[in-house]
Amino acid sequence: MIKNFFGTRTGIIAVGAMIGILAPLLQKLGNPGNMGICVACFERDIAGGLGLHRAEVVQYLRPEIIGFVLGSLAAALLFKDYRARTGSAPFARFILGVFAMIGALVFLGCPWRALLRLSGGDWNAVLGLAGLICGIWIGTLFLKNGYNLGRTQKTHFSAGLLMPLIMLGFLALMFIYPQVAQEPKSGILFYSVKGPGASHAPLAIALGAGLIIGFLAQRSRFCTMGAFRDLILFKQVHLLSGVIALVVMALVMNLILGQFSMGFEKQPVAHSLHIWNFIGMALAGLAFALAGGCPGRQLFLAGEGDGDAAVFVFGMIMGAAFAHNFGLASSPAGLGPHGMAAVAVGFAVCLFIGFTMRKTT
Amino acid sequence: MSTTIDARGLSCPQPVLMFMDAVKSLPDKEIIVLVDTDASMENVSRAAENKNCTVTVTRQADEYSLTIVRNG
Repeated sequence: MIKNFFGTRTGIIAVGAMIGILAPLLQKLGNPGNMGICVACFERDIAGGLGLHRAEVVQYLRPEIIGFVLGSLAAALLFKDYRARTGSAPFARFILGVFAMIGALVFLGCPWRALLRLSGGDWNAVLGLAGLICGIWIGTLFLKNGYNLGRTQKTHFSAGLLMPLIMLGFLALMFIYPQVAQEPKSGILFYSVKGPGASHAPLAIALGAGLIIGFLAQRSRFCTMGAFRDLILFKQVHLLSGVIALVVMALVMNLILGQFSMGFEKQPVAHSLHIWNFIGMALAGLAFALAGGCPGRQLFLAGEGDGDAAVFVFGMIMGAAFAHNFGLASSPAGLGPHGMAAVAVGFAVCLFIGFTMRKTT
Repeated sequence: MSTTIDARGLSCPQPVLMFMDAVKSLPDKEIIVLVDTDASMENVSRAAENKNCTVTVTRQADEYSLTIVRNG
């Protein structure tokens, strides 16, 4: 019945495998360690590039993120799958985005990066993934009990284009104010001279990879949160098969490229506080489950006209700004001074949203 | 007898949850599900096929109507 090839089992496996190939290649070409693609980290870098936070080591308008949204828009338009829509509790989604980012930055990575860290041999990712699954499981309990942020409404065609246009604007800024070697600022944009923000693949390649992934992921509905949610909720392994393909291919690529290093200690952009790796990702997983998509999926949805997903994305970007301005984000040295408090507040807010926002339809 | 589920405007996993609830709780042989995104159409179709149902999809403008019939 399903005519969309990428909607089939083979299709989702192909897309997961493609991400698993491209991410380690991007790392080889300059992206940070075990961070070929990390949606949370890259949105955090975008927040830094725009000066929303001033953590000097994480400032760069990541072209991969721009590519994700624009690639998704192209696929949606081409396959008549573009629907401008909005109005399903957007501010609740913004708040979920904020705390999803804070949880992700306590762990140091989104679900994509957790998978890539695992395939790079970073065992800390096991704790993160366990936390992610735990958070998603809590989310499914809310879903089973009627949790629902309500229906979207159709909106103007052009309203759905705002997010892709913003991304085009970011891209234009990168050309107007290009990075200058050893300079922390170019025009209005901030750039990192050292640290993860200074590590990046060439712009055209990063953008190209982002466009390919955005296009394919829009067609396949690739979602790392949905993978575990559907397994728990429906015993369905459709999306999970894409996630497994990603890990397997990324592992193979890391072995080929000499990027595999097994252990807990001295992993790139990571810490070994097991409990906080678990709890940080549990908060992120819960927020993703309540918002209906992992951070990658939210970008693809934003590209196909979903204004609520766009609000979630900007919630994440603002969350990154809060995380670095208020000392909530972890670093390889350990937790930020207020990371624990922020996680506690995050759980309280997510539980409030989960318990009080039930369907009325 | 048939039941119609209006899942328009709802995103994953709500349309699938509504369909699964209907399959469990209602005796109807035929369930019609209305959705308005391709992702929901595919997800509900996949869930229905996993439940040994036959799915017929018709597209009207930007919306889909899925007629789902239980086999056996």
